[in-house]
Order: sequence, then structure tokens, then C-alpha cells
Amino acid sequence: MSTRAAGQIPLEPERYELRAPAPYHFDLGRRDFFKFLGAGIVVVSVLKPAIVAQESGGGRQRRGESLPQDVDAWLHLGANGKVTVYTGKVEVGQNIRTSLSQAVAEELHIPIGRIELVMGDTQLTPFDMGTFGSRTTPTMNLQLRKVAAAAREELVELAAKQWQADRLQLRAADWKVTDPKTNRTVDYAALLKGQQITRTIAADQPLIPASQWKVAGQSVPRVDGRDLVTGQHRYPSDQKLAGMLYGKVLRPPAFNAGLVSADTKKAEQMGVTVVQDGNFIGVAAPSSRAAESAVDAIHAEWKSEPQISNKELFDYLRKGAADGKDPSGDGDRFESGSVDKALSSADHKLHSTYTVRYIAHVPLEPRAALAKWDGDQLTVWTGTQRPFGVRGQLAEALHIPEDHVRVLMPDTGSGYGGKHTGETAIEAARLARAAKRPVKIIWTREEEFTWAYFRPAGVMDVTSGVGNDGTITAWEFHNYNSGSAGIKPYYEIPNQRIIFHEVNSPLRQGSYRALAATANHFARESHMDELAQAVKMDPLAFRLKNLKNERLRAVFEAAAKQFGWGKTKNPGQGFGMGGGYEKLGNIATFAEVNVDSKSGDVKVVRVVSAFECGAVVNPDNLRNQIEGSNVQGLGGALFEAIEFENGKIRNGRLSQYRVPRFSDLPALETVLLDRKDIPSVGAGECPMIGLAPAIANAIFDATGTRLRALPLVPDGLKQS
Amino acid sequence: MATIHLSINDKSYAVETDAQTSLLTVLREDLDLTGSKYGCGEGQCGACTVLIDGKAQRSCITRVGSVVGKKVTTIEGLVKSDRLHPVQQAFLDESAMQCAYCTSGMIMSAVALLQENMLPSEKEIVDFMDGNVCRCGTYPRIIRAIQRAAKAQAPAVAKGVGR
Repeated sequence: MSTRAAGQIPLEPERYELRAPAPYHFDLGRRDFFKFLGAGIVVVSVLKPAIVAQESGGGRQRRGESLPQDVDAWLHLGANGKVTVYTGKVEVGQNIRTSLSQAVAEELHIPIGRIELVMGDTQLTPFDMGTFGSRTTPTMNLQLRKVAAAAREELVELAAKQWQADRLQLRAADWKVTDPKTNRTVDYAALLKGQQITRTIAADQPLIPASQWKVAGQSVPRVDGRDLVTGQHRYPSDQKLAGMLYGKVLRPPAFNAGLVSADTKKAEQMGVTVVQDGNFIGVAAPSSRAAESAVDAIHAEWKSEPQISNKELFDYLRKGAADGKDPSGDGDRFESGSVDKALSSADHKLHSTYTVRYIAHVPLEPRAALAKWDGDQLTVWTGTQRPFGVRGQLAEALHIPEDHVRVLMPDTGSGYGGKHTGETAIEAARLARAAKRPVKIIWTREEEFTWAYFRPAGVMDVTSGVGNDGTITAWEFHNYNSGSAGIKPYYEIPNQRIIFHEVNSPLRQGSYRALAATANHFARESHMDELAQAVKMDPLAFRLKNLKNERLRAVFEAAAKQFGWGKTKNPGQGFGMGGGYEKLGNIATFAEVNVDSKSGDVKVVRVVSAFECGAVVNPDNLRNQIEGSNVQGLGGALFEAIEFENGKIRNGRLSQYRVPRFSDLPALETVLLDRKDIPSVGAGECPMIGLAPAIANAIFDATGTRLRALPLVPDGLKQS
Repeated sequence: MATIHLSINDKSYAVETDAQTSLLTVLREDLDLTGSKYGCGEGQCGACTVLIDGKAQRSCITRVGSVVGKKVTTIEGLVKSDRLHPVQQAFLDESAMQCAYCTSGMIMSAVALLQENMLPSEKEIVDFMDGNVCRCGTYPRIIRAIQRAAKAQAPAVAKGVGR
């Protein structure tokens, strides 16, 4: 696969999302900017049509709205010495509040402390489809650099005019413009002279090249660090308003259950607000305990149909596929050469099936929302990766116009793709409307496990052909249900047939960090080792023989070197690798495992990751993301799986669902390949995808047992 | 309902509540001390960790009635005259967080650990901290932060004694 520029890669359709249409709104007109902010320069970033289509999802057109309204970010440089940046992106732990500030500080040549980011507020920030798909760095970071650079150019022009000097001779730095010839300086604020200036960014806005970055490219400390270590930051679940009530919803005993009858008399006698509206029954009370007691006092009858259990899952997924069809357009089916012919003439033919289970995101902060009504105007504070999407959901659920809804997203206790939807926002808003007071809802961990959505389960069938010399000649790959992210091989294979089969999932499923790239890379990179074994080649040499992509070769080679690939191993020890290309980043992961042959315990001892995502924006933060991907990935690789039966989750508590802990931690080593000549891309997802196959391959190396199902060893390795 | 007298961060409080209510709920709802977080409600994640008479305890499974007459310290009580506690400073210095929702509980557990064991080995840190979950996976940084705080708190010990 050739390297594509950041702007050209299509977003994988977020096919599992509950998607509410989110028509564009930019609520503040030009005059309102200034009424709101005072004198200064406002720079607006206007999206190009291609990007508009992409960022608004799936290439949909924006219903004839005129382009100049398609703003994706704006910045205000004020006479008060502050720069305020407005972006619809949100902070869920990726630390973009810092990395985006770095981008602005770099281009404006000002200290980071002068910059404030307003994020994810549907009234104040421009429309944004959401914070997912590792899009913030390649798109928003770049846009904000342009916006800041345009503000700097404006200031230089003002100074040039004032001094009648050549603007090319002037320097902007440290909140002032200087003429080095005459040593004249003027403060940014003094240049503004109370004016209100707006401009848009030029199409060819020059930017500081990465090789000359001073603030960007550095490991600057978190801008919000002190609030986080002192407990002062207010997450969505910490929001509070005077007179606020606590909401609680009565949950059905099984998925897809319908309410037959409900007796709410007892609850109503407890002096709380009780709402019954269709299948929804909830209460609002002065304390969370009172709300719990009231819900417990409601007697309800539910009816549900028999549903499948995880024992039948993989058969169900195969049978349920819309076979032979191309269910949702581009990216689901890809064919080149003649697979059948190549398979029949291959020296070695191999067929393997790989599976992945449903897993839960387990964001440590469960879903939470606080809703308040002022007349027919609704304001909701909630933790979501899609504030504008949730605004649409609220409008739809409550039958009110979108412009009556404001959604604000306080920096939230993580998401990992699991917080695209607005369940608590809708529940709190519905209860608040009835109670005529603000209502806050925080889901319990059990609710989060049961009523959120899961990473899709999937089945992958791989059939391949390879020559005696190690050249792969044929590759047929079917993915049932889990998704098409990362489904195409980056190895040079002349004959390919690749199909994603959509299935009506038995459980509610949606985005999860790296989407299906984890499943597809697990299948592909495991299969690569199986092929290498068939032709008796070293797995690294086999990969490199079939790989032309220079960036991917570079990460495999760098990781191999750091890992010490080829060294001798002790009994019980095993080495393995996995890697790939996703969301424009390149990763190679090497793992060392130790298998206790008596107990079957598998311990991942060491993980080496080599990652390349273009020019590095913040090296320490990037390492943090890569380490985090490996730790979180460890859970899905080794032991995480949702158990379900007849519409119920069987392990929906943290005491029943194991997540990685300190004692699971391997030694983590990270090699960063900083390509200053390549635009920066995101890093929240890609580093995760190589880990599961690396571990599976290492377990095979240690024991000769080939595991083809994630999680690999939920109960240790069963010795055959 | 009863009046319950509490000592939290060296301040006295009187709260009208049921003695069975969890300490976490009282901290967050009645006293608006929201630095302690809800993560699981069954003592499995450590996000709600506070110190009770100096020991790390999970406030979500601690009944408020059981801490009467005891000294409770929460994350809000660590800063002294505007100075961060060495463990807080170490978490900043090591960037030992991503979403930071677990951070309060991690810091409170780490403070308790270092009160018990001035210079813990890596294994002792792992064993002590294993009940605290960081879903973002910043464990290696948290271990480094605890080691850094240990050295900052006990520089003389750090120089003389190895692991």
C-alpha cells in the first residue's frame, strides 16, 4: 500500500454508531464573536469541500449549505493578552488540550500559558463530527497551526503598516512584533488598538516546518496537570447545580425487553419525581440513595424473547452474514488478480479461522450527565466523544429543535471509542423536564457494562497460498461482523479477495479504540507466522520478503533491533511479532512471553514497540499513548471477554470482568521514529494493533500451540 | 437519618444522613468533595481511595457511620499552604496520567504506601497498588512517580540503600 497524504484517507464509516443527523450550526455570528470576547483578531479556519465531506462522515453532502460557513476552528487573540481557541474536539485523556495548545503557541510564538482552549461546547465551538479515528492530530492540529499562523501574519501586517516597514523584515515573538533593523517593538495588544479584525486562513498559509519547531515537538507538561493531581478538575460526573436532583432509571432484566406493566405508587409516595414514558421508567430524588430506594420500590413486569448466548456466537455470526452482498459500500469488498487460480497452483495452501469476542471499554468514569431546562432551552453537561451528535440525539428524543439544545463536554474520564452516544444525557434531560429542576445521572459500573455498547465480536477466515521461496501468491480474507478497519494487507500479494460481511449483532456494538484493526491484524499477523512456518522461514525475514512499504519496513526493523530478534531463548520463553498500518501510523510490536508449563500461566514479560506517525508533536505524550495502547491491548489480547446469555450480561462488574492491572504490566520499551518530513498523524489507536498477534506468535514460539481466538488465555494455557 | 460528625482534611463536618450511606457518597454529594471518584462501587478499582487514620481505604464500600471519630484525608487535603504533596508533584513530573480519573485514588494509595514503606521496591509498589485500576494504562509512569516521590521524601535513605 502506498503512503497517502493525511487529507486523502477515507474515514472508516462508523457503521455501528447510533447516528443522529447533525446539521451544521455555527451559533455565533461575526458580531457576536466580539460582543462575547472584546476587541482582538478573530481567525476562522474554513474547511475545503473534500474535508467537509469527510469530517461530516461517509462523504455525505451538507445539504447545500454555503461553504464559508463550514468553519472547523476559530481563534481569538485579545487585547487582554489572551488567546482563546475554539474547537469541537474533546479531551478524554489523549492530552490534546496540551498538544493543540503547543500548535498554537508554536505558530504565534507565545507562551502556552497565554492560550485557553474552549472544547466541545455546541454553542461556542464550531461543528465537529466527533473525537475519534485518530483525527485530531492530522486535521485539527494542522488547522490550528494555520489559524495561529494567520493571526501572526495579521499582527506583522499591522506593524508593517504602522511603521511603514517591509513586513518580511519584521519578527513576531513573545507577544510583540520587532523590527530588527531599528529595534522598534510593539506589543500585540497595542497593535490592535481596540479594533475588531476578522480574517480567514489563506489556502497556502505558510507554516513553520517541523524541523524548526521550538514548542511543538517538545515534551511540554500538561496544561491542566495541577487540577488533575489535586482533584480540582470537575469531570462530567462531578458537575453540580443548585437545587439539583439525582436521577436513576429502572433497567429491564434483559435486552430488548418490553414493559408489560409497572406499579410506581410506592415510589411516588416517597416524594420523588417518577416518570413513565413508554419503556422508560426513571425517578429524580434529592439524593442518589433516595433515587435508588425509589427505583427499588417500583414493581415492573417485562417481556423478552429468547436470545442467543456467547456459546452460539461464532456460528450465529457466520450464518447471519448477508452473504455475497456488499452491504454498505466502499471498503467492504476488494478483489485483485485471480485468487482461485493462484490458490490451486500454490506450493503451500493454508486455511485458518480466527475469532474475537465482544469486549467492554470500561472507561473508569461511567457515563454521566447533568441536564437543566430554562423554559424550552436545554443545557446538558455530559461526557461524550460526539457533543454535536448528542445534541442531535437529544433534539430527536425530546422532540425539540436542535438550536434549543446546548451540549457541553467537560474533560472526561476516558472513552476509547465507547462514549459516542448520549444515553445519560437523554435520561437526565427527560427527568429534568418532569422534575422542573436540574437532574444528574451517573451510571453505575453495572449499567455501564450492560447498557453501553461493546467492541464487536467477529470471525475471520483466511485462505492463503505461498510459494516455496516465501512469496505469498494468494490471500482470501473474510471478516464477519467485526468491521473493515485494517482489513487490507500491506504485504505485496498479487491475488486477493477481501470481504467484510455485516451481521445483525446480538449485542449492541460500536466503536472501540482501533475498531476492527485489532481483529484484522490479529488474524493477518498470526497467519503470517503460520505461513512462515509452512515455508520454514524466519517470521521477520518472511514479512520483509513480502513487504515493500518503506515506512512499515522501517518500524519492523527498528523494533527487531531493539528487541534483539534472533537471540536464543530459554525453556518456556517465546518471542513473537505483529505490526501494521492503521490511521496513517506504522507500528511493529515485538513481545516476549513466559509460559509456565505446569500451571499454564502466560506472562507477557516484555513488549517493544516501534512507531512512526510522521513528525512527532509531543514525544513524551506520544510514548504515553503507545504505552497505554499496549497496556489496554493486553486485556483484549489475554483475558477480556463479555459473557452473555439470553439477553443478560453475565460478568458485568469489575469483580467479574478482568482488566489489566499493575501486576500484568510487562517491561515496555518504545522506539519513536520521528519523520519530520511527513505530516503528523494521530497515535491513540494504531499502536494497539500489533500486540495481540505478537503475543499469540510468542506463545506459539514458546509452546508450539497456535491460539487463534481472542482473548488468548482467559484461563491460562490449556496444555494439549 | 442521623447527624454524623466527621473529621475530613482536619475540618469538622456534621452531616444529616443514614449511617449506612457510603463515605464516597457523603464526600461527593453532601460535602461536594468530588476529587474522590466512583469507578465500580465494590472496592475493585481504587478510584475512591481515601486515607482513614492514615490507611488507604475504598470509600465506596466504607459506611460513613464507621469513620466517626477517625481522621479522613481525601485528595483535597493533600495540598498544604498551596504546595503540592511530593506524590502529587511526582505524578506531574512523570506525566503519570491520561484521563486522570484514577489519579486521585492512585495518589492516595501511593501516599499510604510511602507512609508504610519509605522506599518500596518495584515489586512492593506493584503489590500495594494492584487494587487501583488505570484503564488508560499509565502504570509504568505511576510506578516511576512513586519511586520519584520516595526519593524526594527520603533523599538520605535513597542514597544509602538499594532495593
